[in-house]
Amino acid sequence: MNVLSLFRAMPGSVAQGLIWGIMALGVYITYKILNFADLTVDGTLGTGGAVAVMLILNGWPPAVALIFAFAAGMLAGLVTGILHTVLGIPDILSGILTQIALYSINMNIMGRSNQAVSVDKYNLVVSLRYIPAAIVTTVIFLVVIIGVLYWYFGTEQGFTIRATGCNPNMSRAQGINTNFAKVLALVLSNGLVGLAGGLYAQYQGNSDVNMGRGAIVIGLAAVIIGEVLGEAIFGKRLNFIGRLAFVAIGAIIYYVVIAFVLWLGLPSEDMKLFSAIVVSIFLAVPYLKGKSKTSFKKAAKNGGN
Amino acid sequence: MLEIKNIYKTFNIGTINEKHALNGVSLTLNDGDFVTVIGGNGAGKSTLLNAIAGVWPVDSGSLIIDGQDITGLPEYKRATYLGRVFQDPMTGTAATMEIEENLALAARRGASRGLKWGITHNERKKYHELLKELDLGLEDRMTSKVGLLSGGQRQALTLLMATLKQPKLLLLDEHTAALDPKTAAKVLSLSDKIIAENHLTAMMVTHNMKDAIVHGNRLIMMNDGKIIFDISGEEKKNLTVEDLLMKFEEISGEEFANDKALLA
Repeated sequence: MNVLSLFRAMPGSVAQGLIWGIMALGVYITYKILNFADLTVDGTLGTGGAVAVMLILNGWPPAVALIFAFAAGMLAGLVTGILHTVLGIPDILSGILTQIALYSINMNIMGRSNQAVSVDKYNLVVSLRYIPAAIVTTVIFLVVIIGVLYWYFGTEQGFTIRATGCNPNMSRAQGINTNFAKVLALVLSNGLVGLAGGLYAQYQGNSDVNMGRGAIVIGLAAVIIGEVLGEAIFGKRLNFIGRLAFVAIGAIIYYVVIAFVLWLGLPSEDMKLFSAIVVSIFLAVPYLKGKSKTSFKKAAKNGGN
Repeated sequence: MLEIKNIYKTFNIGTINEKHALNGVSLTLNDGDFVTVIGGNGAGKSTLLNAIAGVWPVDSGSLIIDGQDITGLPEYKRATYLGRVFQDPMTGTAATMEIEENLALAARRGASRGLKWGITHNERKKYHELLKELDLGLEDRMTSKVGLLSGGQRQALTLLMATLKQPKLLLLDEHTAALDPKTAAKVLSLSDKIIAENHLTAMMVTHNMKDAIVHGNRLIMMNDGKIIFDISGEEKKNLTVEDLLMKFEEISGEEFANDKALLA
């Protein structure tokens, strides 16, 4: 095995991780703040990519295409929000329904399952052909997004989303329209995922109808890895802005680890299996840790004769 | 102030669990009334408070606060008029948010919430003073997460939140039932103090007959989703627990089925 090839893969992994970090921030909003496991994102990422690539192919500036990718994502979040709040469909199912619907919509946007956009013909915002520039650009995106999120969740409106995610009964008793707060969070979250999709499609030079498959797992991985790492390093001093930053760091670590196991020789078709196992372990650890402190087995050992 | 006109509520209609929870309740509260509500298990005490709060719509009848019909308003809109404290200390606060953030949420009850800061510097100073009055040491922990507080501390905080923006009506739903006796007494006397100082109109559901007699200026007893006894003023002050039990048996024709109320 050639260590040099692993090193050469690193900048690309970092760039990819940074782009997926934007999408992971979207997942953080729903999963952590709103307490809503939103599976829409698998579809939204593809929608963001499809919208961005088709606009660029039709002569729109790549930067403007990103704004529309963001807007398309927001629209997807709005649909999930309406399915859940107005039509009373359970959260996970609402997300799955939108996600499935988006597959057809993404196909219709692109006209076929894959559309390429070449960095030679268009002045793309990011591209894997210019990785250092892509890293700088994406870091700027992340800094601005984290700053805006930090501000937003400190506002009165941001407070309503946080309260709704924590205790909906209390929120309503304090005059918060919890349904509206849920829709707001879903719209914002999916907007970010759409934006990440638009960036990712430009980065890899094409949009594929399957590019969002499993995105939620990568998003969760980033959120959880970031949280575990952030709390390990900063403990109780980890504030909100730190948590957001660590989501992005979590995404980078995820892609670095992926590059590493690919380099070790894991077949790329087993990637998703590997991701699912990693996320399962990270999700299970806090639960098992709590159980190791108090369990029936332990009680029998301590109390039984 | 509050006018409840002949409200009905049935849960699980058409199933084997059908329950007529409210059977034509009418009640008029005057400004400054502090009403204690007692009754056996399943009498409809909490259901009555939930009907006022708008947790679900009533089947028929109407609810009017200060001349405004609120029957058709959802829970979050009625919150403008109501302060609420619940039985479960977990229910009234947001555990993952800071003490001062919880207060800031409550301060904006009934106001539109936009993109201004969720909490301002002046508010923090004000909350510091208010928390100091509680005498629980919370003023020094304003940025602590509420989840770290004890049940009694959370109920005291919820009480403060419920009255931070003066409500037209304060609803206390067995808000001391989950606390140990000493803490319960403290939270109860705090409730008395806040109600008196702010001249609030309040309803307090309790399992404790003695508390129901000692606190407030009016007492209502419920059974089978109806108000069966309504007493106020001097007459209420002179009540004893035995009187109440006798009254209950006399009116309902059954024994008072609530060990908790009898033992307390």
